[in-house]
Amino acid sequence: MPDLLLEFFSEEIPARMQARAADDLKKMVTDRLVAAGLVYEGAKAFATPRRLALTVQGVPARQPDLKEERKGPKVGAPDKAIEGFLRAAGLTSIDQAQVQADKKGDFYVAITEKAGRDTLAVLAELIPDVVRAFPWPKSMRWGAASSQPGALSWVRPLHSIVATFGPETEEPVTVPFEIAGIAGGDVTRGHRFLAPGEIKVKRFDDYVQKLAMAKVVLDAERRMDMIRSEAKTLAFAQGFELIEDEGLLAEVAGLVEWPVPLMGSFDQSFLSIPGEVIRSTIRANQKCFVLRDPQTAKLTNKFILVANIEATDGGKAIIAGNERVIRARLSDAKFFYETDLKTRLEDRLPKFEHIVFHEKLGSQAERIARIVSLAGQLAPLVGADAVKAERAAQLCKADLLTEVVGEFPDLQGLMGRYYAEAQGEDEAVAHACEDHYSPKGPTDLVPADSVSIAVALADKIDTLVGFWAIDEKPTGSKDPYALRRAALGVIRIIVENEVRLPLRSRLWRHFGAVERDETITAAIAVLHPLHDQIVNISATDLELAMKLEVLVSESERKVVSPKLVQAHSYLHQTRDLLSFFADRLKVQLREQGARHDLVDAVFALGDQDDLLMVVRRVEALAAFLATDDGKNLLAGVKRASNILRIEEKKDGRSYVGAPDIGLLKEPEEHALATAVATAKTDAYVAVAQEDFAAAMTAMAKLRPFVDAFFDKVTVNADDKAVRANRLTLLNEIRDATRAVADFSKIEG
Amino acid sequence: MADGTLSAASQPQRNNLDPTRSFQGLILALQQYWADYGCVILQPYDMEVGAGTFHPATTLRALGPKPWNAAYVQPSRRPKDGRYGENPNRLQHYYQFQVILKPSPPNLQQLYLDSLKVIGVDSALHDIRFVEDDWESPTLGAWGLGWECWCDGMEVSQFTYFQQVAGVECAPVAGELTYGLERLAMYVQGVDRVYDLNFNGRDDDKKVSYGDVFLQAEKEYSKHNFEVADTAMLFEQFRMAEQACQKYLAAGYNDDKSKHTMTLPAYDQCIKASHVFNLLDARGVISVTERQSYILRVRELAKACGAAWLATEGGGAQ
Repeated sequence: MPDLLLEFFSEEIPARMQARAADDLKKMVTDRLVAAGLVYEGAKAFATPRRLALTVQGVPARQPDLKEERKGPKVGAPDKAIEGFLRAAGLTSIDQAQVQADKKGDFYVAITEKAGRDTLAVLAELIPDVVRAFPWPKSMRWGAASSQPGALSWVRPLHSIVATFGPETEEPVTVPFEIAGIAGGDVTRGHRFLAPGEIKVKRFDDYVQKLAMAKVVLDAERRMDMIRSEAKTLAFAQGFELIEDEGLLAEVAGLVEWPVPLMGSFDQSFLSIPGEVIRSTIRANQKCFVLRDPQTAKLTNKFILVANIEATDGGKAIIAGNERVIRARLSDAKFFYETDLKTRLEDRLPKFEHIVFHEKLGSQAERIARIVSLAGQLAPLVGADAVKAERAAQLCKADLLTEVVGEFPDLQGLMGRYYAEAQGEDEAVAHACEDHYSPKGPTDLVPADSVSIAVALADKIDTLVGFWAIDEKPTGSKDPYALRRAALGVIRIIVENEVRLPLRSRLWRHFGAVERDETITAAIAVLHPLHDQIVNISATDLELAMKLEVLVSESERKVVSPKLVQAHSYLHQTRDLLSFFADRLKVQLREQGARHDLVDAVFALGDQDDLLMVVRRVEALAAFLATDDGKNLLAGVKRASNILRIEEKKDGRSYVGAPDIGLLKEPEEHALATAVATAKTDAYVAVAQEDFAAAMTAMAKLRPFVDAFFDKVTVNADDKAVRANRLTLLNEIRDATRAVADFSKIEG
Repeated sequence: MADGTLSAASQPQRNNLDPTRSFQGLILALQQYWADYGCVILQPYDMEVGAGTFHPATTLRALGPKPWNAAYVQPSRRPKDGRYGENPNRLQHYYQFQVILKPSPPNLQQLYLDSLKVIGVDSALHDIRFVEDDWESPTLGAWGLGWECWCDGMEVSQFTYFQQVAGVECAPVAGELTYGLERLAMYVQGVDRVYDLNFNGRDDDKKVSYGDVFLQAEKEYSKHNFEVADTAMLFEQFRMAEQACQKYLAAGYNDDKSKHTMTLPAYDQCIKASHVFNLLDARGVISVTERQSYILRVRELAKACGAAWLATEGGGAQ
């Protein structure tokens, strides 16, 4: 069967768009072929800086014939209806229609045989359609034709199109179409400089071959392989090692049609600049690779550039030119670095007073002050030295004002560490300058040193509380301040370092700090111990104020009374933020394979603000439910819960408290009551000691008693008192298990 | 180039005009080349501008249906880029060579490459690349697609197909080439410090360097731009230029607004406002939030001038 070869030859296509464009081309053409009834055998697309190409193999030469039936009016219908039907069906006389019968009687049917068209004709329409509809991220008009309405647009000026179609055994034909003055043809060009002449091509295999002769490597993967292997060889020959960089490799492969890696060097003295700065300079500005010495793992004074030509002097001039540019760039970088070293980090801080962090959240200096204070408070909770944590928090943003970070924002944090080290800061402080940004993503490592942990938590909590306070929460896909990432960071730091942090009180108090109003902070401190009494108060401001004032002692009231309502409102914000943490944790646990119902069962206990304990509970629960005892107990507990739910609803009351021993009739009842009392005590004791496995073991002992109870005892006894007592007993089972989770939320 | 790897221009006129050893020779070679192509060779616009694009021969002539091919040197002022003459490549005043071809010819890339050959950059020896760079000028309300042109890893030119200028769709599209003359000259002369460029192509005591011509100016203007420029006066000048531009635009329209007869003087005031804004920005007296609003104000002027230009004869109005 025939093959299709397509090539769009244009001016230089941006490297970052090439791979996607190749995929789009393949999809657009093959989708349209299939829609036209042309099922093909295989297709592959390619991109270079100057061309987008596609080969489709095994395309039928003709579309299959189509038989179409069109149902018309009833026999004997008015003339108007008949005429309309003939027109629509393309018939000249009603004799050409057939008569068929259904339940309602005879009616006309027009049967038209639609002969399949030649694929060539289909392609002649399809290709211009693809060109017009091509989804370039940005496209442009050009030349004299650009003044016409509906002028062609492409990523850069399009010069020619190769479109040949035919079987392997015959001379293929060009697809007859023309778009904006460009006709489907069989002529392309080689490399811009090395073989600029015209090339006549037939089909894919000779196209690839002729391009290769004309110094064009069509396949980006191959260009990448060539660069990788040649760069490694060049490095190896000098006893060095290439620092691989797949992102850069892909970009460079999109900048050349004929890759020629060459090695250059720069002055040894530049190696006094941190390696990351050299690499960023050379990578971002010059798109060159850097090398290291395999012995020391340190950067060497060599780089590898990838030229697009085989120069007549073997590349000498190209290397010399690149070396000059890199020398100038590194001179700048060195100057920046050395300038930065002249100013101590703390001396940069006053500038932050004039830099707005966020219109509603004050200056960077204010934000840093909050982080310092919070890091100091968190330090003892994570086993860090508070003085070091505060020092680190003080300095950790200062590198944002350095020249190097101004030039290479990606190096923020890292440069802070270098500068902190250079000015003789404590090692933990220096590392926190870098690590407080971590984790930067779901796979990034979390900080492990206690000082870094304190600062990282303080930084993220301040961000979250701040944006919550000004109501800039993430919605749907919008999360401009990366608050989801910040929350996930807090979660991972806490869980992976096993940090115990009662988040609620921490968050609530920090709302006061963000408010920049000390009386709010004081009011929050006053309300803090009253949390359980006030958390569910929701009333109009006036009533709320009155209720709160009753709870607050007179001496404290004088200070904080007007701010109590506001402080209380932050409690609601805190709960909202905590539920945001809960959602992130659920996502995180689910992604790690935990059952979402177990996560829900733990959160259903309410106010879970110790994330580490939530995770521990989920783990214990999962382990327990994997055992037979666990499964059976779960069944029993669910049964108890169901009965309770129904009966409590029926009776309009709940059954709580200890069962009355005197009302227990059956031996199984007695046995269960004793077992539940023991299990409950043991479970709560174990939970208090945070030994969730032991809590589960205690509950596992309930299983035979629960089973026996349901076997022998009727809950809904005729005697009302006995019935109530039995329901109370069931509630005790539910209550015992609530030491760990709400079993009713567990599936199965 | 110092190591002799660059071939000299096709037929160097005289040694002291060899573009690989003379800054002015390089300019003359480019002018010669584009004059041969058929461009009108203009002189620099007689106002302070931030880039060659601001010259009305580009901004305004890029609009409307009439063909237009021009080339010129434009001194460009970037007050913020001054370094008191201490940085080897940063200048607050430098030269751009600007080519504008409307409509963009189909062989524009080749024309550009041939122009490089004329100034001594041979594509058989040097790695010339077109690297994505989408151009946008927020103050001019203009954007286009094109590239930075690299020679052995150094950006030497900007290549843009204008899509929109002064808020108006370009129809037809113009191609714009901007050569960074100092950079190119440093490259072909093999010089690392801009002030060491040979300006006149002579040797010994007859040699005049770029530093001889401009170093003092760089020092003086850096001090002026960063430390002394009278900000109260500049704020006032901005306001006056803005008002004058609006006034001249209004005065230039006929009754049914189908014709405009005073676009160029109005556009001068837009240029002035833009430069005054750049000075204020360099003085650091414009906050981040204000900055945006100043840019928008200049853009409004530019857009109004673009619209007015279309109602002039040069803009194609009948």
